[in-house]
Amino acid sequence: MDWLIAPFSNNSFMVQALIAGILVSIACAVAGTFVILRGLAFIGDALGHGVLPGIAVAILAGFSGIIGAAIGAAVMIGGITLITQRSRLSSDTAIGLLFVGMLSLGVIIVSRSNSFSGDLTRILFGEILGISLQSIIIQLIATIVILAIAIICSRPFLLLSFDPEQAEVAGYKVKIYHNLMLLMIAITVIVSFQTVGTLLVFGLLIAPAGSGALLARRIEAMMAWAAFFGAFSMYSGLLISYHFNLAAGAAIIIVAIAIFFIVFIVQNIRQRRNVRTEASAHV
Amino acid sequence: MSNQQVAHIEAKGLNVGYGNEVVVADINFALSPGEAFALIGTNGSGKSTLLKTIVGLQPPSGGHLSVFGRPPGNNHRRIAYLGQFHHHGFVLPIRAVDVVRMGRFPLHGLFQPMGPHDEEIVQAAMRTMGVDKLADMPLRSMSGGQQQRTYLAQVLAHQADLLVLDEPSTGLDAGGRELYLHAINDELCRGASVIMATHDIQDEAALCHQVMLLARKVVAVGAPGVVMTPEALLETFGIVVTGEQKMHVLECRHGHDVEGIPDPDQKLH
Repeated sequence: MDWLIAPFSNNSFMVQALIAGILVSIACAVAGTFVILRGLAFIGDALGHGVLPGIAVAILAGFSGIIGAAIGAAVMIGGITLITQRSRLSSDTAIGLLFVGMLSLGVIIVSRSNSFSGDLTRILFGEILGISLQSIIIQLIATIVILAIAIICSRPFLLLSFDPEQAEVAGYKVKIYHNLMLLMIAITVIVSFQTVGTLLVFGLLIAPAGSGALLARRIEAMMAWAAFFGAFSMYSGLLISYHFNLAAGAAIIIVAIAIFFIVFIVQNIRQRRNVRTEASAHV
Repeated sequence: MSNQQVAHIEAKGLNVGYGNEVVVADINFALSPGEAFALIGTNGSGKSTLLKTIVGLQPPSGGHLSVFGRPPGNNHRRIAYLGQFHHHGFVLPIRAVDVVRMGRFPLHGLFQPMGPHDEEIVQAAMRTMGVDKLADMPLRSMSGGQQQRTYLAQVLAHQADLLVLDEPSTGLDAGGRELYLHAINDELCRGASVIMATHDIQDEAALCHQVMLLARKVVAVGAPGVVMTPEALLETFGIVVTGEQKMHVLECRHGHDVEGIPDPDQKLH
């Protein structure tokens, strides 16, 4: 029991990390649910990596990485929108172009600066054990904003996930609500990169929500499952990281991915059993 | 003029299409309250394009189109739309009753809460389509026919003034078709109008006051018994179809199916 609690009762940085982790898990559960339901995984992944140059410039210039990430995300979404509206190219192509372009730009900026390796590691893999109170407050505000968007837009978001054409005919402007969804995903990525890093934040967006999708019958339940699995991954990952001296961000994501595969296997076994039971009942 | 006397849809010299490509040109018809209108034609004949234009998903390529006396896309509360395809795949965790409840969303906007009256309408719509006992079943666990019944229940739950249905009987079994035909008849009786795209030149067309035969052009418009002549059907289905289908239409010319084409004066209601 001590093994499970002591790391948090004896270290304030672990408590702060857990609070930040739970907040990020809630934001990722809500945004990740719509990433999966609307098939926005590629843009979610691209946003995670595409914010790198913004963060790098912000750190070089001496201001908050979150502001840099926000600028990076705005450039990404603006560029994708511009290309898809002004050409016949699909959004996948536009996302790919911006994603690789922004990532390359980030690497160029990092490679041109001296003594950036420590900062780069923090950007790529997060710094959840060194999270500041200020960052936690920003994450709290962002989580409230994301929850507010999801609650206010619950009807159009549900219709959009069901059938965008029906959403439009029902009077909910698809373009507006799709962009609101992208904004929600962007905010989540921006405030989450400090916990698990830009490389791994995508895992936190889709792994808990993916596990929730396998279990839930309703969108609200999918989000609740995702938040629970995300928070559990945070707690377990931090614990593993503390006891075995492993990178916290990577440990958290490994737990989240492991949970997905456990749920996936259990669901498959249950479904096979149900099929067998039904088959034997018909004999 | 009272609202009841205004045509729900009025098209004059209407062109429909995508961008610069006109799919069907010079469409003329009017749909009055309590009337049903069938668009009949092969795949790609322009049926879905016309329906999408009516509900405001596609801008008209030319000509005049008014829906409830206004340009299309301005009557969300009064129009229920059933598209041909649904984009959710199998990942969306949603129960049948949640799908039907979505039919009430256009009447409640973002914030207005749904009350017991809405719930009664939702339950009644599910009973009408015979899916009330499947209310808690996940949509992804339902058969194609059960899903189609649920989508139709969603359309009924809207209690709209105009129903726009794109191949609504796809996937329905005999029982489902019977329930659907009666439900549409009830909608007409309460004064709603219906416009549907269909391949069914018998049951669904029999329900309609007017039909339009489409083959990337308007082949004929009018009462079903008048316009659904073997020649017109051959022109409608004969342009882009295989030899086997042509044979089917030719059989109609000489077989009992022609006799089965309804008298325009004999409606279900």
